Amino acid sequence: MKIAIIDYGMGNIHSVSKAIELCGAKPIITNKKSQLSSCEKIVLPGVGAFDDAVTELEKLKLIPVIKEQVKNKKPFLGICLGMQLLFETSQEAKSKAGLGILKGQVIKFSAKLGQKVPHMGWNNLEDISAGCSLLNGITARAQVYFCHSYYPEPVDKDVVAASCNYGVKFACALAKENIYGVQFHPEKSQAIGLKIIRNFVELC
Amino acid sequence: MLSKRIIPCLDIKAGRVVKGVKFLGLRDAGDPVSVAKEYDAQGADELVFLDITASIENRKTLVALVEKIASNIFMPFTVGGGISEIDDIRNILNAGAEKVSLNTQAVKFPELISSAAKRFGSQCVVVAIDAKRQGEFWEVFINGGRTPTGIDVEVWAEKAARLGAGEILLTSMDCDGTNDGYDIKLTKAITSKVNIPVIASGGAGKLEDFYNVFMQAEADAALAASLFHYGKLSVKQIKEYLNQRGVMVRL
Repeated sequence: MKIAIIDYGMGNIHSVSKAIELCGAKPIITNKKSQLSSCEKIVLPGVGAFDDAVTELEKLKLIPVIKEQVKNKKPFLGICLGMQLLFETSQEAKSKAGLGILKGQVIKFSAKLGQKVPHMGWNNLEDISAGCSLLNGITARAQVYFCHSYYPEPVDKDVVAASCNYGVKFACALAKENIYGVQFHPEKSQAIGLKIIRNFVELC
Repeated sequence: MLSKRIIPCLDIKAGRVVKGVKFLGLRDAGDPVSVAKEYDAQGADELVFLDITASIENRKTLVALVEKIASNIFMPFTVGGGISEIDDIRNILNAGAEKVSLNTQAVKFPELISSAAKRFGSQCVVVAIDAKRQGEFWEVFINGGRTPTGIDVEVWAEKAARLGAGEILLTSMDCDGTNDGYDIKLTKAITSKVNIPVIASGGAGKLEDFYNVFMQAEADAALAASLFHYGKLSVKQIKEYLNQRGVMVRL
């Protein structure tokens, strides 16, 4: 199985690629429309600033391509910033809108919560929704690696596949039909992370 | 709940681990990938690789090494040592490191912190501070602890956080190598000053040292090097001990 990893100059695609390879699929690092069409699944990784990411996607004319592929029901996984980009807006954004594939916004951890920002390190998955293919076999309290200052707030709560508690309970995994998103880094979450990537490869 | 992190640190010279690593059964104790895998198996939460040669010629070796590590272990790791340019940071992150650690260059050119944070996000910018007690305050030292700067560590930590650092790696030069425990006062001073995670470093020698730095100094993570290299304690032992004493760790 060929899985496209969208290469738009926003950080760490190497680890994602290696993890996919380890899980038995063939990663294709690309920003070409033709390859995104021919691959069976798509991963949008991303580390960095929201506006910069949107700008890069715009430059590469990838936004309509991503929307079309998602609409065609191709399994799609957004990781960290790659997940946040699926929403309509972000508090981090100064001038750019998100892709609007999922309704809602991305917001910053409030200083009032009394927690350090960024949320950095290993935290528990909670409220894992039964029947979510991406999280198949992952048990509650499993720990995954987080490294972020912003988190998604979906309008439709049914898309929340797991949450995490960091002063506030936030959605850390999302699933809506063929669209999946995670705020944590499965590619950095050792055995549990690899299990989630394997689920995406095999079950989603 | 967020777990407290245990972080082994590896010194790298020309692509090899230095400091006599004494892991039993390890075929090549100088190979960073083998050592990283061993720490991975022990349950380390993150790794820090410090390039102690840090020459320009060495940069390419380092990036190749980062790529090799990222291909073999699926855990977060930080790379530091002589990083002075945005291009260095990009290359290291693209090769698969989660974070970069800035030290001397950040003191000399604090705008490196802000430009890195703006480009890549605060979450991947670690500012490493080498601190030494000087009477009433702690002084920042640079160039591997050789050069005093006159800068107050508390002031610098706060400034680094304001410029966009996502984490402070705080090494006590007074405690480093003593095995007498982390510098609780120093660590506490910084954790109460900044609202970003603080990694305590320098002085770990026994199990209680980890408990104390987490509970008394409120560190978010504890780093150690020789303790692990010489096999005095394993990451697993420390975590089991902390868990028994009610500290949240990832087991």
